[in-house]
Amino acid sequence: MQESLQIVVQRVQEKFGEAVLGVTEFRDEVTVRVKREVWRELHEFLKLDPDCNFNLCVDVTAADYPLRDQRFDIVCHMLSLNKAHRLRTKAATDERIASLAPVWRTANWEERETYDLFGVVFEGHPDLRRIMMPEDWEGYPLRKDYPLEGYDSQGLPG
Amino acid sequence: MQETKFGAATEENKSGAKRMRLNMGPQHPSTHGVLQIILDLEGETVVRCDPVPGYLHRGSEKLAENKYFQQIIPLTDRLDYLSPFNNNLAYVMAVEKLLGIEDKIPDRAVWLRLILSELQRIASHLIWFGTHVMDIGAITAFLYAMRERELILDIFEMCSGARLTVSYARIGGLMGDTPPGFEEKVLDFVKIFPERHAQYMKLVTKNPIFMDRTVDVGVVTAEDAIDMGFTGPCLRGSGVNYDIRKREPYLTYDQLDFDVPVGTKGDAYDRYLLRMEEMLQSCRIVEQAMKKLPKGPVKADDPKVTLPAKELAMSQAEAMQRHFYQVIHGFPTPVGECYGKIEASKGELGFYIISDGSSHPYRLKIRAPSFVNLQSLPLMTEGRMVSDVVTCIGTLDIVLGEIDR
Repeated sequence: MQESLQIVVQRVQEKFGEAVLGVTEFRDEVTVRVKREVWRELHEFLKLDPDCNFNLCVDVTAADYPLRDQRFDIVCHMLSLNKAHRLRTKAATDERIASLAPVWRTANWEERETYDLFGVVFEGHPDLRRIMMPEDWEGYPLRKDYPLEGYDSQGLPG
Repeated sequence: MQETKFGAATEENKSGAKRMRLNMGPQHPSTHGVLQIILDLEGETVVRCDPVPGYLHRGSEKLAENKYFQQIIPLTDRLDYLSPFNNNLAYVMAVEKLLGIEDKIPDRAVWLRLILSELQRIASHLIWFGTHVMDIGAITAFLYAMRERELILDIFEMCSGARLTVSYARIGGLMGDTPPGFEEKVLDFVKIFPERHAQYMKLVTKNPIFMDRTVDVGVVTAEDAIDMGFTGPCLRGSGVNYDIRKREPYLTYDQLDFDVPVGTKGDAYDRYLLRMEEMLQSCRIVEQAMKKLPKGPVKADDPKVTLPAKELAMSQAEAMQRHFYQVIHGFPTPVGECYGKIEASKGELGFYIISDGSSHPYRLKIRAPSFVNLQSLPLMTEGRMVSDVVTCIGTLDIVLGEIDR
């Protein structure tokens, strides 16, 4: 683990204590899993704390695990331009979670996309509309229970 | 006034100015594809700008969940279709990272990847240059840019057989070695390009009409650029020096000598100068890399991941079984998740893969730079003239295939 990231993990654990559910490292990438209640607070901290300094939000997305109680994992990637370190945060949730758009404006469209394709509602998002699919689309295509060819598919000919 | 879904098409605001709603696109030559922009105008001033992407949404991420890892490479060609090799590269590097076989890639493959990636960057920037300048009213430059891009496409055609959807990278290396004549062709290009580049600069850079249309247009400050998640030339145009090739080097960029140009004001003209300079730097990189290009294999020999050589598959039973097994069943991956990124021509292109141990990705998220960059269009255009919208779209260098995925 990068030295600067060790400090980040330490700072996060000090600050959030029990809300940090686990820190994992795989292929030199660090993932911090937290309770969803601290989702926005955690990212505000990561952005503003001088040791963390994650000023650029790379990506917000989700992954669907339909068999779980809280079926979605919301995933956020971030980067510090000054320290050149990266971090991934994760929180499990049902269909609601706090929005990160007030923290980084980048998250606005990223969350709109996640809402559009997974149906996760981001609370406090300024403009939560569909972005890829038409406004009157039914269902959320990236959910695992959504058929590959859509609900009304007749199957491919031949 | 007829009410529409978006409210009345024209309404009067408090100051008495007529407000008009104008749909720019999805069929509009300057939107570089199928992008709709809903503009609210007062006279010629944009008061609200709402980009509506999604017309090219093909569900690449959903498709990827239903394909084997090696079958996804052709899908990536169709993201940023102006630099397909860079997409291939970002994807295979992410999978290689997941598999933990990054160190096994042969040197020649690594150097070839670097050379082709830089050539692709030049090709992509040439298209940006041509279309951006054409949107602003200069058609000649477009034809000049296409002329040189053709040379790069020829090189890709030589290597992969395709000009656009190259699918040349493979997990573990490249599809095959370069054909005879490749080196001469690249060296020829490197030789003539700086001269041609000087022609473009002469044509456009000090052109008063071009300067009128770009200087102080689409200004994004450094703080805004970071907050909006800009990466690549757009970020550097605003004066933030962050290039993944320098700060988090991949391939062999740390062994090469090149400069990263940085802008100052963050307007369209700055970004123009910056991308023009980047092309020259890429040319420099290719020149140096060609000197270091070693001989040897271009594919890792990892029986689990790469296909056996064709001669072996046709002559040995085990090799043929391995070939069939991989094509039919794919290969399993370790359980885990990883994010692979490269500095693509538009910014940071990332592939985030979650693997559950099977031969399909459980989730594949494509972090497309154009999607994030386009988000700033309202910031750049609101309060400005309609004609500036065209400049701003051009200067962001978006590709709709990547935005909509």
